[in-house]
Formats: sequence, structure tokens, C-alpha cells
Amino acid sequence: MFSAMLGEAWHAMGANRLRTFLTMLGMVIGVSAVVLMMAIGQGAEASVKRSISAMGSNLFIVLSGPPNMGGARSATGNAVSLNVKDAEAITELDGIASVAPISTGKAQVVFGSNNWNTDVIGTTASYLDIRDWNLTAGYSFSDSDVRSATRVALIGDTVAQNIFGDDIDPVGKTIRLKQNPFVVLGVLAKKGQSLDGRDQDDTIIVPLTTAQRKLFGNQIPGSVRQIMVQAQSDNVMVLAEENINGLLNQRHRIRDGADSDFSVRNLTALANSAAETTRTMSLLLGAIASVSLLVGGIGIMNIMLVSVTERTREIGIRMAIGARQRDILMQFLLEAIGISIVGCLIGILIGVGGAYAVNAFTGTEIIIATHTVAIAFGVAASIGIFFGFYPARKAARLNPIEALRYQ
Amino acid sequence: MQNDVITVSHVFKEYLTAAGPFPVLKDVNLTISRGDYVAIMGPSGSGKSTFMNILGCLDKPTQGHYFLDGHAVDRMDADAVAQVRNKTIGFVFQGFNLLARASLQENVALPLVYAGIDKQERLARAQVLLEKVGLAKHIHSRPNQISGGQQQRVAIARALVNNPSLILADEPTGNLDSVTSEEIMALFAQLNAEGITIVLVTHETDIADHAKRQVRFLDGRIVQDVLTHNKTLSEVV
Ligand SMILES: Nc1ncnc2c1ncn2[C@@H]1O[C@H](COP(=O)(O)OP(=O)(O)O)[C@@H](O)[C@H]1O
Ligand SMILES: [Mg+2]
Repeated sequence: MFSAMLGEAWHAMGANRLRTFLTMLGMVIGVSAVVLMMAIGQGAEASVKRSISAMGSNLFIVLSGPPNMGGARSATGNAVSLNVKDAEAITELDGIASVAPISTGKAQVVFGSNNWNTDVIGTTASYLDIRDWNLTAGYSFSDSDVRSATRVALIGDTVAQNIFGDDIDPVGKTIRLKQNPFVVLGVLAKKGQSLDGRDQDDTIIVPLTTAQRKLFGNQIPGSVRQIMVQAQSDNVMVLAEENINGLLNQRHRIRDGADSDFSVRNLTALANSAAETTRTMSLLLGAIASVSLLVGGIGIMNIMLVSVTERTREIGIRMAIGARQRDILMQFLLEAIGISIVGCLIGILIGVGGAYAVNAFTGTEIIIATHTVAIAFGVAASIGIFFGFYPARKAARLNPIEALRYQ
Repeated sequence: MQNDVITVSHVFKEYLTAAGPFPVLKDVNLTISRGDYVAIMGPSGSGKSTFMNILGCLDKPTQGHYFLDGHAVDRMDADAVAQVRNKTIGFVFQGFNLLARASLQENVALPLVYAGIDKQERLARAQVLLEKVGLAKHIHSRPNQISGGQQQRVAIARALVNNPSLILADEPTGNLDSVTSEEIMALFAQLNAEGITIVLVTHETDIADHAKRQVRFLDGRIVQDVLTHNKTLSEVV
């Protein structure tokens, strides 16, 4: 009986192919939009999450220059107001796990005939701990390297690939940075993209003192643009921020109420809000796509109502030869569900294909989760039932005599 | 088994129209026994079709009772009535009422879908019936590929497919020429000889003369109820 009805539904769908196809199109567009948007949204969420966990935890960054001054800030930011002594003082505060002063710049790195332009980070040995950054080969420099400004370097994965390639082991090799020879001590593990989309592996880390004396030149000795601070735990973040502000105001002799010449940023909070933003975006995309699914459902209802009216006489005949109300109901419901499920399957194929195409052409990360696809499928089937029910019930409640008289 | 297939007692039917209730059947009483062959006659608008629809359980009387095989149809729920239409009654319409999209075989097999019979048996039984009505060669044709007389035979085959005890036919030859009409009437005579009770509506006396009994409607009432045998006798005398 059920298989006969499925056959009938299939038959009816085939009877007016163009119309069935157009009705399905609404479903196809809705489902493919949902699948595509979810794939992109979840991809974005995942890449943000990865960036956050690669960043390290419970982090502050203290920047030179007054806070919250918009465009003007970067100008005053040039007047470097922090120094290594500030960093040492912060280390002594309660709740602080580790501190690393940072001086950054760009440099050309040369090995043999290979050339590469990369970011150089001058810092102390604690930087790697704070960033939770491991080495895949060799070892890190020590505090004594920083004290004596030795020419040693840790190179990121991208740099290693570009100047050494796959075949040469970089550890122990001598590279040139701005004409100065540096010995490669170790190779950094891959970190991937940062939250702002930079390749964190395109970097070289050297001792702070070496960077300042040999690479970036003409600076006030010991001054730094940034200090990275790691708090001991999530709980002490607020306290630590207050302490850092208090300490630096005191050290820099900033009077109460006056603008400070530095700013403290809670990187962990920034990262969380970035994650929150992507999640919201991803939800929003899904919601917008769902609207088209709803429109597709209404299209199905519309066509099913037309179909019931057109086939009134057929319904009368079926009733006259013994169809029960529920048989008629089932017949039209199956047709609606059939249209939405076939539309949904095509939509999933197009959505998944579209997601891979987006990935192939733009490199945007995508994630196609089975549960999203399953949910899209379930929703589509429910839409078929929901929007098919009213027309089907209308058909089932027809009076056989009136239906038979219908011209 | 009850000997009276149909018992209609004090049936009234009125249609609700814009101008108020419109009475069509006014106190109709009729009993039809098993194996009978009844022709219902009367002028257009006298309520014949309305009466047939009630007999066929497609419509319900406004007042009065209808017993089919001893069961009160007015007390059955919708599913039970559907079952009666499916199994007990075979209805033949003036306009054939076949499904245009389906083949003759599928058309004939359709009532069996609602009887819950599996596909193989459905198609086999439909084929046997189509052979019986002389359309074995056309089982895969569509209704619009055959003549009116052939379509009516398909409709009769469909009415027979669930082995009903009662065939109801509302002007089955109304759309057919006289030669084809005679063929259809021969088929009904054969079915009646096999023991199926037949009630048919017709305008034409020579068609009605195939029946054993003739009932005449006038303005919603039965005004004459005679055996064809007696009628012809009296005409001879
Ligand atoms: N659904 C209906 N609504 C209103 N009046 C109807 C309806 N069906 C039939 N009638 C009226 O009832 C009367 C009897 O109709 P019907 O039973 O079809 O007569 P017959 O079959 O004898 O020609 C006619 O006057 C017809 O106009
Ligand atoms: Mg009539």
C-alpha cells in the first residue's frame, strides 16, 4: 500500500516535470544556501578558534603610546615610551606568570642564493613560553644570549620552506639578516594564521638585544614598542591589568587624570570577542539562508494547493472507488515530501560543491559537518510535511460528490 | 447472508442552495433483493442520480435510513463507508471517470490499492478482468486511446475488480451509441447471471427492458415499480 503510494507520488511528480522542477528549485536554493553558509561560517569559526589557541592564553600586550586615540595614536606611538626595565618591573607584580619585551621589524633574510623578506621579532627567551610555541628542530636561545646579544635565530616554518626548502636541515646553518650572519638555532612549529589573517610562520625570532643593536639600529638602548605579559590564570586577569596600569603610571610619572603614554590590551578578551563576532556572523548567515528555505516551503504549499484543485476530479474518483481520507492525505503529503526531499538532496550536492569551489578559488576555510547536512535534510523534510499538510488535508476533506462534479 | 441487499426506508434528501433548502427526494422506500437487476427510470431532474449517489454511499440522506447488506450506512464512520465503496459496491458512471494518466490495467487495479493488495496480484487481477470485458489487447493503453464503449468496459472492469456484490450504474450508456450500448447491456446481463445485483439508471425503455425490474421516479418519488416480465406481458395482452 505504502509503496503503491510512493509510486503514485513519484508518478505525479513526473507528470508535470517543469512545474515539479520549479517548485523544487526553491528548496534547492534554500538548502544549498544553508549548507554553503554553514560551511563558510563554521570554517571561519574554526580558523578563529585555531588562531586563538595558537596565540597563547591569558595574555596582555602593553603598547607604547597613549590608549584610544584613534589615528593620532600611531603618531605618538612612534615615541617609544616603554623599556626593558618596565618589563622587568612587571615581572615582579602579583599574578604575573611571564613577561617578554618585544621589538619588531622587517628584514631580508638570505641563505645561499635564496632571498626572503620576513618579520623579525626581537625578544627574550620567555616569549616562546608565553606564546606556547614549540620547536620542531634544534633549541631556543637563552637569557645569556640576550645579555650578550649573540647572533642566533629561530626561524618560522614559512621562512624555513622558502630559504632552505625540504632537503636542507636549517639547524646550525648560517643565514644573513641585513648582511649580519646569524646561526639558526631552531625551527619553530607551525602556528598558522593570526586573528588578523597574517601568516605567523613567516617570522624570525632573535634575541632582543641583537635585534636592537644589529638589525633595527638607532634606537634608545633598552626601549621597546611592546611588552607581552602572561597572567597566571584567567581569574587574575582583571587584577593583573590594574597592577600593570598602576605600576607603569608610577614608573612613567603620570599624574592622576593625565593621559598615560602606554596602553594595556587584554588579548584574550579581544580574541574572545573576535570569536563571538564570527559566531554571530555565522549564525546570521545561517538565518538568512533559512529564510530562503522557508520561501521554498511556501512555494511547495502554493503548488500543492494548485495541484489539489486541478486534481479535484481525480480525488473524487479515488474516493468513489474506496480511498479513505487518510489515503488521499498521504498521497498528497508524500508528493510534497518527495519534492522537498529530492530538492534537498540536490541542494546538499550544490551546497557542498559550492563550498568546495569557494575553498578552491578563494582559499577560505570551509567545514562541512555531517550534522549540518543532516539538520538541513531534516528541516527540508519537515518543511515538506508542514507546508504539504494543509493542501493534503484540503484534498482529503473534499466531498466525493462535489469532487466528481468538478470540471 | 441477508437476502435483501438494499433496504431504503423513508429517505428524504434536500440540497442546501442559496435560495434555501431544495428537496429532491421525498420519502423514497425501496427494497432490492440479492441477484436482482433493477432499472431506474424517470425524467431528468426527478432525483435518480441523487438516489444512486446515496445507494453508492457517496452521499447521505437528509432523513431516513439506508441498509446495505443489513448494515445501517448512516451509522458507519467515514473509513467504514470508504471500505464499503471499495469492497461491496462497484460504481459505473456515465462519464466513465477513468484516470487519464494511468494505463487501463492501472485504472482497473486502482481499487485494489485501497484494499491493501500487493502489486503483483493487483495487476494480475486487473488483467483477468480486462480479458473478461474483451480488452486483453489494450491493457497498456491510456483511456484516451480507446473508444467510449471500450472506456465504459474498463470502468465496469474496475467496478468488478474487488468482487462486489452490487453494481450501481448511473446512465452507463448515456454517452454511447446504440450498438455499443447493446454490448454493454450484454455484459451487465452476463454479470447478473453470475449472481451480481445490478441497479442501473437509464432514460431509454429498450435499455430498461434488459432489467428484471423497473422503478420509475417522478419529482423525487417512486411512482411505479414493476417486473419487466409482467410489463411486457401486459403490453402483449
Ligand atoms: N448538489 C446539488 N445542489 C443543488 N441541487 C442539486 C444538486 N444536485 C442535484 N440537484 C438538483 O436536484 C434535482 C435532481 O437532480 P438529479 O438527482 O441529478 O436528477 P436526475 O439524475 O434524475 O436527472 C435537480 O433539480 C438538480 O438540479
Ligand atoms: Mg442524473
